[in-house]
Amino acid sequence: MPNVLVFAETRGAELRKVALEAVTAGRAFVDAAGGGEVHALVAAPSGGAAAAALGKHGADLVLACEHAGFARFAREATAATLAARATSGYRAVFIPFSANGRDLAPRVAAKLDAPLVSDVTSVAQSGDAIVAKHPGFANKVIIEYAAAGPLVVVSLRPSAFTPAESPKAGRVESFAPVADPGAERIVVKGVQEGATGKIDLGEAPVIVSGGRGLKSAENFKLVEDLAAAFGNAAVGATRAVTDDGWRPHADQIGQTGRQVSPQLYVAVGISGAIQHLAGMRTARTIVAINKDPEAPIFKVADYGIVGDAFEIVPALTAAVRDARKRH
Amino acid sequence: MKIAVCVKRTPDSESRFKIGSGGAAIDETGIKFDMDDFASYAVEVGLQINEKQGPGETVVLAVGPDAVQETLRKAMSMGADRAVQLRTDSTPFDGMAVARALAAELKAGGFDLILFGKHAFDTGAGIVGTAVAAILDLPCVTAASQLEIAGGKGSARRELEGAGELVEFPLPAVVTIDEGIARPRYPSLKGIMAAKKKPLETKPAQLGAVRVQAKAMALPPERPAGRIIGQGAAAVPELVKLLQNEAKVL
Repeated sequence: MPNVLVFAETRGAELRKVALEAVTAGRAFVDAAGGGEVHALVAAPSGGAAAAALGKHGADLVLACEHAGFARFAREATAATLAARATSGYRAVFIPFSANGRDLAPRVAAKLDAPLVSDVTSVAQSGDAIVAKHPGFANKVIIEYAAAGPLVVVSLRPSAFTPAESPKAGRVESFAPVADPGAERIVVKGVQEGATGKIDLGEAPVIVSGGRGLKSAENFKLVEDLAAAFGNAAVGATRAVTDDGWRPHADQIGQTGRQVSPQLYVAVGISGAIQHLAGMRTARTIVAINKDPEAPIFKVADYGIVGDAFEIVPALTAAVRDARKRH
Repeated sequence: MKIAVCVKRTPDSESRFKIGSGGAAIDETGIKFDMDDFASYAVEVGLQINEKQGPGETVVLAVGPDAVQETLRKAMSMGADRAVQLRTDSTPFDGMAVARALAAELKAGGFDLILFGKHAFDTGAGIVGTAVAAILDLPCVTAASQLEIAGGKGSARRELEGAGELVEFPLPAVVTIDEGIARPRYPSLKGIMAAKKKPLETKPAQLGAVRVQAKAMALPPERPAGRIIGQGAAAVPELVKLLQNEAKVL
C-alpha cells in the first residue's frame, strides 16, 4: 500500500489552495492504488492551524515543521526537510507546480536521486511505474510519462485537481527542520505584494482579460470594472499588452506567460493569437467580445459578441452587477 | 566573469503539431526548430553581464543529438565564446538525467554564474537548472525577472503568484531566467561569420539511468466550435442569461 508525502504549501502561515489540491490528488492516488496514507508536510511559522483543512481533504497525518524562519520562503531548508522525510517509505512526493513548488521539486528529487515528473494533470500507479499526463508544448500536446523507481517526485499543475473533502484523522506530529531556515544562501530581502485583495490568476474562478483592442492602458479600467462586478475575478492581459507596458508582465496569459483554467474567461478586444489561446483554451467557458467577426478568438468562444468593447463591456458590467445583486 | 549558459533546441512554438507514427513523439515533418525562447533570454543576460563587467568568457552548453550544434552556433553568433555539446541519440525527456549530464560537465568548469531558461517550451518542466544547482550544491534562484551581478554577489526578483520576491545570493550560483528580463539580440552578419570559427566541442552525455520516458503523446480534445450570440450591447442580456442558465457561472 503506497503512502504519499505531500508538500502543503503556505504563504506565511496561510495554507494555499494548491496545498488542498495536492492533498486531494494524494488521497485519490493512494485510494486508487488500494489504500495507503497521505502525509502532509507544512513548513510554516506555525503549522497546527492548517491541520484541520488538510485532514478534511484526506491527510492522515500532518507533519508540522514549525520555525520562525519559514515566514519567508526558505527553499533550501524546505527541500532538505522534505527529502529527509521522503526516505521513510513513501511511494511518491507530491508538490504543487506553483512558483515556489517548481523551485522545490528539482531540489528534492536531486537530494533523493529520484525521477521527477513536472506539471501533471493526472497521476496514477500502473504496475511498477508511476504514469502521469502533462500538457506539454504549451498545452498543444498531451504527453504521457512513465517514471520508474521506488520513489518518484511529482509536481501538480495548479487548478488541475479540484479540492474535495475526504475526511481523515489529520493527526498532527511535529517534524523538526533538518536544516536551519534562517541560514539560507538565498536571502529574501523583501516580498512586493500585488494590489491588496487581488486574486491570483492561477486561483481565480473568473478571469477578465484585455488585448490591444482596448487601445490604451487607461482603458483597462473597463476590464477592471467588469472583474470587480464578478467579485471573484482576476485581470489578465495578452502578450502584446504586457510587452507595451500597459500591464505588468506577471499578468500575461499565454504560451510564455500564465496558463490558466478558470471556470469563466472573458476576452475583451483580444484577437486570439495562437500564443494567447495556448494559455486559456482549457477554461471551462469562454466569452469573447471583439469588433472583428473573423477574429480567431470566436472559434474557441462558447459565447461571442461582435461589436465595440467600449459599448458592450460597460453594459455587461452593469448587467453582471445586477444579476449578482438578485442572487 | 566566467559564465555558462545551458540552452535547448525546441520546436517553433507557433507550429501546428501532429503526433508521429510511433505515438510517443511529435511528427517533426515541416516543424522548424530554434533556440528555446527562455534559453535565448538567458544567453542575452549572460552576454550583457560580461559586456558590462569587462573581460570574461561566455560558454554555451546543450544536451542532445547533433542538431543542437545549430543552436550552439546561433548562441556563438550572438556573442558566446565557445560551445560544448553533450551528445545523446535523441532529446531526453528525463530532466533529472539531463541535469546529471550537465552537472558532470560544469562541475570542474570554474563558472561564477550558470544560467538557464526557467523552462523550455516543449516539456515546460523547469527541472534542469534547479537540479544542476542541487547536484553541484550551488545556490539557485529560479524564474528571475530582474538580475544584477556586482561585487561577487547577485540580486534578483522572482515572480510569485501575485507578488514579487526580492533575493540576494553569493556567487558562484545558478539562475534560471524568466521572460521580460532582456530582449535577445539578433546575430549580426559579422557575428555569424565569427561563430563559424569558434570552438564547438562534442562529448558523450553522462545521463546515467534514464527513468522518465514519454510513453505516449496525443493532441488535446478540440473545443466545440464557438458561436456568436449577437452584435453590440443589445446582446448583453442574452449573454447574461446564458452565463446563468447554461454555463452556470454567474
